[in-house]
Amino acid sequence: MDELNAYMSSSFRGNPAFKGREDVITNYYEIFHLPFVIYHLLFILMPSICLYFQVHQPMRVKKYRIFDVGTDHDYFNDTGESNLNNKKILRKVADKSYLPANKLLLKLLKKYPELRLSYSFSGVFLEQLKDQLPHVLGSFRDLVKTGQVEILNETYYHSLAFFYSRAEFESQVNMHKDLIWKLFKVESEVFRNTELAYNNDLAMWADSKGYKGILAEGWDSFLGWRSPNFVYQPTGTKKIKLLLKNYKLSDDIAFRFSEKSWKEWPLTADKFARWVDAINGNGQIVNLFMDYETFGEHQWKEQGIFGFLEHLPSEILKHQDNNFVTPSEAVKKYPAMDEVDVPGVVTWADTERDLSAWVGNSIQSSALTLLYKMEKKILDTGNPKIIQDWRRLQTSDHFYYMCTKWFSDGDVHKYFNPYESPYDAFISYMSALSDLKLRTKATRKRRVKNV
Amino acid sequence: MNPRVLMIGWELPPFNSGGLGEACLGLAKALSKKGVKITFVLPQKVDINVDFMDVVFADIEDSLKMMLSSYVTYSEWAKQFGTDGKNINPFDFLGGALEYAEKIGKIARRCNFDLVHSHDWLTFPAGIVAKKLSNKPFVTHVHQTEMDRTGGHNLNPIVYNIEKVGMEKADKVISVSQFTKNILVNNYAIDPNKITVVHNGIEEISRKRLPPALAAMKKLNYKLVLFLGRITLMKGPEYFVRAAKTVLEHRPKTIFVVVGSGDMQEQMMAEAGNLGIMDNFLFTGFLRGEEKNRIWQSADLFVIPSVSEPFGITALESIANGTPVLLSKQSGVAEVLSHVLKVDFWDTDEMANKIISVLAYPSLKKVLKQESSKELPLINWDKSADKCIGIYRSIQENHGF
Repeated sequence: MDELNAYMSSSFRGNPAFKGREDVITNYYEIFHLPFVIYHLLFILMPSICLYFQVHQPMRVKKYRIFDVGTDHDYFNDTGESNLNNKKILRKVADKSYLPANKLLLKLLKKYPELRLSYSFSGVFLEQLKDQLPHVLGSFRDLVKTGQVEILNETYYHSLAFFYSRAEFESQVNMHKDLIWKLFKVESEVFRNTELAYNNDLAMWADSKGYKGILAEGWDSFLGWRSPNFVYQPTGTKKIKLLLKNYKLSDDIAFRFSEKSWKEWPLTADKFARWVDAINGNGQIVNLFMDYETFGEHQWKEQGIFGFLEHLPSEILKHQDNNFVTPSEAVKKYPAMDEVDVPGVVTWADTERDLSAWVGNSIQSSALTLLYKMEKKILDTGNPKIIQDWRRLQTSDHFYYMCTKWFSDGDVHKYFNPYESPYDAFISYMSALSDLKLRTKATRKRRVKNV
Repeated sequence: MNPRVLMIGWELPPFNSGGLGEACLGLAKALSKKGVKITFVLPQKVDINVDFMDVVFADIEDSLKMMLSSYVTYSEWAKQFGTDGKNINPFDFLGGALEYAEKIGKIARRCNFDLVHSHDWLTFPAGIVAKKLSNKPFVTHVHQTEMDRTGGHNLNPIVYNIEKVGMEKADKVISVSQFTKNILVNNYAIDPNKITVVHNGIEEISRKRLPPALAAMKKLNYKLVLFLGRITLMKGPEYFVRAAKTVLEHRPKTIFVVVGSGDMQEQMMAEAGNLGIMDNFLFTGFLRGEEKNRIWQSADLFVIPSVSEPFGITALESIANGTPVLLSKQSGVAEVLSHVLKVDFWDTDEMANKIISVLAYPSLKKVLKQESSKELPLINWDKSADKCIGIYRSIQENHGF
């Protein structure tokens, strides 16, 4: 355990994402150790691995200038060489990540019938895939057909609508449900919100809608001394169970895998499996949640990420006690250990783990306010194209690109930003929104005239 | 041991024509604080009051006005002194620099120093002489080149050569930005390994809030967009006017305030007249101190459309005054500022797009102001001085001190 402690503390040091959190992290396992030793004496535990991958590509707004307002109504159709060209990016990520990862995972699912995976696809992503790269969509379908893969439910537009309009949020969840049924012929029993943004209210909503499980970040602020490696019950709910991301182990893969300055570099599957084994007895489930683009896009093939993935199932399964579960299986299999109270919003982003990456500054909040203020007038037009554009502008990525936090440090935010600066993102977005407003007005006038 | 530096300058505030004097003072002060002993040489006696270093004068004979004005292009200088019928000799333009080199010997023999550090071409001949006489290492510091001043057209071959020879004779070259380093490598064929980038700093990170200027216009809901600096080719005044034309098509209630003077002022006015937007322009002429800062603080946006700007200290001054900045990408200061708007100087449509956006969205102005003011303390002379000392040390090691 000392060794693990030492590793825990060292691996977080030097990582910009964990600035100022060293104290929490150093004591992480020391604190959790004692109560769970007692627990371990009472039960024999079978730790399960629950893998969930987020798959999403936004419709990025092209460089849209004030002069385009009123004349150009296509906000998402950049065809140039920039990273605002959605088609180009989709193709690139499909080649580097989705296709090789799907191929590998299909092989692994067949080789290891006990392997389980889960995905959450945004609707905007599936829509783009269906239109442009149907064979990639086919490769995801093949995974689902194995019966070892679960699909989770989210908002169609990968939006933050839950925090701005409950009605709009529910429309988007229903749209997502319909799309998943249409494309994969499966229904979801587990919900995850955009960017893992979660609070008690969301859990209560999901509970009332009959979801069996919901996902969130296993963040220290609300867990306190408790471990993310158990199933919990959200405060104020009757039946639903909460699965919490083990951010340390998840981020070892998603963020640190290629980082040569990391003490544990290079990370191998057997080393990782040993860390998982070390949890044996201190938890029932290890939730590894990450972006699917981790494989091949954020972490490159050249750095060995696919080799790591290929060997992970066998290394995990080497230990007899280990097994894989989908989120639905997890909530069926394990009882809720305790109640977890999350009054404020927790997400999986940055050191703050809150919504500040999306709504932290005034340009972000002014854009969001304007966007949701338009809701009634937009929906009243009954114009499918206008409504669709408005919803595409709700995708959380647009606001992430406007984030000024850390911008000068050149860290993860800059890496993921296709615009030259948060300000460029804001300017194009606001001009597009102005155009949408004009279109809404024009449609209303026409309707009034026709009446 | 801390090196003793013979620093050869051309001007120091308040007797300065522009940013060179400010930069020399800021750097010298920070170096002195870190224990570097500086003897600062000025070409002519002026009443300067600094206590952190020795200031000595070379006593050259040109009139002060003519000398300060040497720090412009030859054509601009000729216009200023040659239009009153008197014949002027083109060599007079260089005269100050050459006489400086003649007079430096006396000082170099009198003073004790370990190396020579000289600022821009006007001081390079003097620096070379000081190096020769003392056999001490020589650092040239490039704040601006003839390339920047002329945009590469009609450059004065003598000035260009003085710059080139100065850098070739130097043991090390300091450039104020990567942007300038690229010019030195590409246009002067200087070995990139010899050049170190040392960005300028700023001393005062916030300015006292002053009563607003142009209050009557602001009351009528006019927005103010500011151009401030010498009105010369390198500052891109014509791009500012073209962008203004486009802005006014979308936001007629905008006033473009131009603070400064220079050889392109008439042309700038004529251009605004031709485009029919002179009513929305306000030329204040050259301003100093509080007058300047009041206008700065009242402006909604400060635009630097420079064609070629080695650094651009005014961007930092603007932030200190609480006014957000739109900066051409062809400026060195863009390398150290993240929370400003950036644009290629020739893309006047994009310039207008960004100006309009700042005027239209209060939140944009607010966030730019907030975030850029957080960057300012990180851009300080202390950092520049540390880098300079590192360069001094590396030279000393090579010279076997």
